[in-house]
Amino acid sequence: MNRIDYLFQTKKERVLSIYVTAGFPNLEDTLPVMEAIQAAGADIIELGIPYSDPIADGPTIQESNTRALENGMSIKTLFSQLLGFRAKIHVPVILMGYLNPIIQFGVEEFCKKCKEVGVDGLILPDLPMSQYLEEYKALFEEYGLFISFLISPQTSEKRIREVDENSSGFIYMVSSHAITGAKAAISKEQEEYFERVANMRLTHPRLIGFGISDATTFQLASRYSQGAIIGSAFIKHISNSTALKQDIQTFIQGVLAQE
Amino acid sequence: MIQVDEKGFYGKFGGAYIPEMLYPNVEELRENWEAIVASPSYQEEFQQLLRDFVGRPTPLYFAARLSETFGAKIYLKREDLCHTGAHKVNNTVGQIILAKKLGKKRIIAETGAGQHGVATATVCALMGMDCTIYMGELDIKRQRPNVERMRILGAKVVPAVSGSKTLKDATNEAMRAWIADPVGTHYIIGSVVGPHPYPEMVARFQSVISEEIKWQLLAKEGRENPDLVIACVGGGSNAAGAFYHYYNEPAVRLIAAEAAGLGIHSGKSAATSVLGTPGILHGSKTLVMQTEDGQVIEPHSISAGLDYPGIGPVHAHLHAVGRAEFVGVEDEDAMKAGILLSRTEGIIPAIETAHAIHALNQISFNPNDLIVINLSGRGDKDLETYIQWGNY
Repeated sequence: MNRIDYLFQTKKERVLSIYVTAGFPNLEDTLPVMEAIQAAGADIIELGIPYSDPIADGPTIQESNTRALENGMSIKTLFSQLLGFRAKIHVPVILMGYLNPIIQFGVEEFCKKCKEVGVDGLILPDLPMSQYLEEYKALFEEYGLFISFLISPQTSEKRIREVDENSSGFIYMVSSHAITGAKAAISKEQEEYFERVANMRLTHPRLIGFGISDATTFQLASRYSQGAIIGSAFIKHISNSTALKQDIQTFIQGVLAQE
Repeated sequence: MIQVDEKGFYGKFGGAYIPEMLYPNVEELRENWEAIVASPSYQEEFQQLLRDFVGRPTPLYFAARLSETFGAKIYLKREDLCHTGAHKVNNTVGQIILAKKLGKKRIIAETGAGQHGVATATVCALMGMDCTIYMGELDIKRQRPNVERMRILGAKVVPAVSGSKTLKDATNEAMRAWIADPVGTHYIIGSVVGPHPYPEMVARFQSVISEEIKWQLLAKEGRENPDLVIACVGGGSNAAGAFYHYYNEPAVRLIAAEAAGLGIHSGKSAATSVLGTPGILHGSKTLVMQTEDGQVIEPHSISAGLDYPGIGPVHAHLHAVGRAEFVGVEDEDAMKAGILLSRTEGIIPAIETAHAIHALNQISFNPNDLIVINLSGRGDKDLETYIQWGNY
């Protein structure tokens, strides 16, 4: 069974996924950061493949992408770092990335490597669902890779049903009209949207991302879904860290603290 | 046949590779734009504005001294005489009426040198719409007069401070701004780039250029088709407009002049047809200047309007199937061609356009050939660059 499915079967609420850019803050930090995220109690690790033009991401994550690229990170390097990581990491690991670097690497080769090292799923924000169905679905399935599609407050009910039908693992629910890291508090309007989708009784669990940054927002998101994804706030927290392991521990335990 | 298919592909290039957050906007456009543009009320307003506001039709001018210099019969399509000084306004007029009919309240756009930004700010002022222009921080410093023109017209100019702080980053910022306000905002893309339906929509608005060339040439020469059409290509909107009604006339040679910068292989160039490989940029699959790892490379050209690491998907297709001939023109040669046109015809061209003029030196043609060059813009905005170059 895919680790993502197993997770959601055994844990129905307060699932925490932490996003971090691979090769950040330093090139060799990828694995130590993953270990620390797991040790601190997060349930999923979303590893970002850095890209020069990440249009769905805000300044914090773009900055981390730029830094990772300057550090020399590439897909090739990432897979060499991930070789054997399953000896230490048991939580689901998802790669998040823009399509272009993956196409240049070779999509089939990419899938093969993912399976080889033990990656469970993908989030590819600029891969349209129609293109996925036409070109990549068979390939991803062959290599046992889950894919999470995004929905936003503007996504129609019909489209949400389509996303539910074609996603595997979980649905990535974008909390607002925004890029990552854009907003601090969660509005009434957003809560109504969370509730509307919760009431749709979708077959896949949902994780809420964008604008989730601390215990309060995590708790709120968890009220309407199985959990949440935190990216920008985490990146900000570790960006100048001199004691990574400890800082990661502090951040994640802070988020998980019940008020 | 050179034609876009229903999924937005020209052959292998095109499509709509966009985050799901933009899907409803792009879908709304895709479903509605053609019907709206075809409606009588749209056409009436569009044609009236092209005539009375933009100043169309623009003349097709026989360039006698230039013809003599090159030994061919050369006509210039005078897009430089459009209001705001370049062809860009054809598209912004088309899109602003569309935005209004879609009930949008706010306009955003990206700009490199500022020409598309000025053309957008202009039509927003005309229609009383709120306007925000994203422009690379570096470009803001380099193109001060255009920044101030936009501000005079009432637009807000927002610096893009990420990445290389130029056109590519301004486009990223505009896309992000659209994600942040998808319901009330229309994004006016300035070239034949971006997700479907933008490349075809912008080409259609610019196709008035070749539509006019056809009847103007018929009146002057007794034939609709020249032997060659020459245009410069950055993203490729003026070229798409000049080529549009000739795509499927194989007897007409289509020449695309790219910016070769300091030399195609100098590392300081924007010659995408040579240096680009298939990839995804700003929502479409096209030729992209990129590293082996798929990271976008920063291009170089002396003309900010050609300084783009991709080309529109239709041009990638024209290149792939051999329908258009691509010529790389270096900075220095473009500047010289700008001076040549100034002195033979009394027209100081935009430096982008000067690349198309210089292409005459790099292609072969017959003495009797009838050539149309799309004179896409005038050189007022480039005075500072001409002065700094100084070799005149």
